[in-house]
Parts: sequence; C-alpha cells; structure tokens
Amino acid sequence: MGKLRVVHYINQFFGQIGGEDKADIPPMMKEGPAGPGVPLQNALAGEIEIVNTIICGDTYFGENIAAASAQLKTFLQEANPDLLIAGPAFNAGRYGVACGEAAGVAFELGIPTISGMYPENPGYEMYRKYAYMIETTHSAAGMKKAIPSLVKLIKTFIAKNGELGSPAEEGYMPRGIRYNVWMEKRASQRAVDMLIKKVNGEAFETECPMPVFDRVTPSAAVADMTKAKVALVTSGGIIPIGNPDHIESSSASKFGKYDISDVDDLTSDKYYTTHGGYDPVYANADPDCVLPVDMMRELEKEGVIGKLHDYFYATVGTGTSVGNSEKFGKAIAEELLADGVQAVILTST
Amino acid sequence: MIDKAGIPVAHIATIIPISKTVGANRIIPAIAIPHPLGNPKGTAEEDRAARKKLLVKALKALQTPIEEQTIFDK
Repeated sequence: MGKLRVVHYINQFFGQIGGEDKADIPPMMKEGPAGPGVPLQNALAGEIEIVNTIICGDTYFGENIAAASAQLKTFLQEANPDLLIAGPAFNAGRYGVACGEAAGVAFELGIPTISGMYPENPGYEMYRKYAYMIETTHSAAGMKKAIPSLVKLIKTFIAKNGELGSPAEEGYMPRGIRYNVWMEKRASQRAVDMLIKKVNGEAFETECPMPVFDRVTPSAAVADMTKAKVALVTSGGIIPIGNPDHIESSSASKFGKYDISDVDDLTSDKYYTTHGGYDPVYANADPDCVLPVDMMRELEKEGVIGKLHDYFYATVGTGTSVGNSEKFGKAIAEELLADGVQAVILTST
Repeated sequence: MIDKAGIPVAHIATIIPISKTVGANRIIPAIAIPHPLGNPKGTAEEDRAARKKLLVKALKALQTPIEEQTIFDK
C-alpha cells in the first residue's frame, strides 16, 4: 500500500488566514498541508500525504452549515482522499461543529474521518458517530499533546487497514455505536459473572456504561417566602401559540422566555405545548396543568409568595442532550440571578 | 444548573428516578406525565385544588434546608 491520501480540514485560525476578523470566510481548498497538518505529515512521513487542506471560517460555517457542507462535499469529491483529518478543534464550539459536519459529509462519501476535540465540545456529542475522535485538552495550548495522539491513531488506522478496534483499545472517544460481536460466553453468563464480582466487591467492566450525571449541592432554603420572587421554568414545552422561537418538539436546541406580567391564567387560545414526547391533549386544553400560572397568581394574591416573576422559561426536555440542557440552565440561571429571583419551580412532563 | 448557581429549585416531576438522575435536589412527585399539575378527570375546582396543593408543597420544599436529594411526598 502506498501513501494514504489525506485531506485535512482546519479553520481560518489554524489555516493562518486570520482570527475572528476572518471567521466569515467561505471554504477554500489549498494544495498540501497547512497549520497543524505540517507536523502531522512530518510525523507520518512515508505513510500519509496531505494532498489538500480545506480551510473555512468558523462563523461562516456556523451560519451557513448547509452551504459550507455542500462546498466541502464538492472539495472532497474532487480530492477523493482515503482519509479526512479534521481539526483538532479542542473546545472551540463552532470549530468542533464544523469538524463534525466535515466528518458527516465524508461519511456520506464513504471516507473515514479522524479528528480530535475536548469531550465537552458539542461537536463531539453531535457528530461522534461519524469520526474517530481523540480526546484533546480544552484549549489549543494542548496541540503538542494532541499531535502525537492523532499520529498514534492514524498509524493504527493504517496498520489495521481502517478496521479500528474498540475505543478503549485504540484510544479514541466512544462513538456510541454498538456492534454485534461473537463472545465466548452468552450474555446471561457474563451478567452473572459481573454480578458475582460486584457482590464480592471486585472490579468489573460494564458492557453498557451509563452516562455520567452531575450532582449538585442543594442551595440554601428561602428564609421568607412571603417576600420572595419565584419563577416558573418548565421542560414541558409550554409556549405561546405559534411557537415564536421555533423550539423543536424534541432534541431542543433552545429555550424560550415569555412575559406573563399581565397574565393571570394560561388559556388554550394563547398557549399550548410544543413538546413531542407526551400526549398534549391535557396541556393544550389547560396549559396551567404543566405551567401553573393560575395558582401561582392566587398564591401571590394570598401573600404566600412575594411575587411571581414576570417571565417564565420553557424548553422541551425530550431527547434534549445533557450538554444543551446544561447550556440552557446556565443561561437561565444567569438571567434569574440578574433579575433577583430567589426560588424556582421547575415542572417536567 | 439553576440550583448550582445558588437559586433553590423545586422540581415537580412524575418520573422520580429521572429527576434524581439529573440531579434535582428538592423533588415533588407530580400527578401524571401529561398533566403533572392537574387533575383533568376531576371538576374544575378539584383540578385547581390539586394544582395548588402541589405548589404549596413545592414552596414548602423551597423553605426547607436540605443536605442531599430529598423527595417531598407528604
């Protein structure tokens, strides 16, 4: 086998075109390696040849995903590489998404992709099935560590003729893909073996790792509810009719903030649910059964709470990633803190 | 995230294991998934009363100091 023909995707910054001021440039393809492609090719001399480098501005990509991907497809068809290398993108969100999109385009064309990013880069969760991604540090200061990891994975990729083993074996991040494999012992035997090890307090490796969830130290209790400003937040998708913010009915990418300063009761002619994961009949008939504005107003009038916050926040919980949910939560929390909200009632369906 | 930022949160939800898994601290079991705060089978008065009762419970939870995840089901 001769040298592997490689195309490398990088952003305007690593392509040495410019910083944020050049982030709006559309994709271009150059001959040969550029930026991090140079040390990669040097380390893999004799094994790969970076025939072309595609460079695109991160903002351009983020704002024109369809157009940028279409252009990438044309470039990849033209260059027809054996492998796409994308990034590494570290924790740069737009860059991570661009690398992931590039991997998706390559995947469609039957071209494998090796990339690298920080595990919390949204590009990892969104596109991990399209690429073998090594874990990098948070910032580009980790390039020195990322290059040898990429080189190692590419070497293995070549040695195994593209048939990489499991993430743990090869050192890339899990892709969330399950394969059928033949095992010596059937599942029931493996499960019992694991259980016995667990009971005996011995180490064992699960075959179905659960996602890691956060634990939070509880905030202090409200001292005087009669003076407190309380806000309503829901993952049940209650929004004004017409869905002004175009919140998705599942896998939400955003949340909405709606003014209820003049509203005493959520009525079916003004509000409904956009949530696609539960039977909407009840919520559409009376949205208060998910977002209880009517009774909160009553409690406000009775003086049980100081004030109902003028805005409620809503998103759709179904299928929505932990990453997105954390992002929404952070943004909502910042606004609530700024608005002096002291307590939140969060309703979920 | 809101709790993490220092604002206490009462989570009214039906599927308690999910509420616990996602890290809610003050958990109030709701009525049903499609109408967590409503009793559409009852009269309008019963529906409103059920909703208010849950909210009072949530407000009580928000005034209760806790050290760990707590389910307020009384």
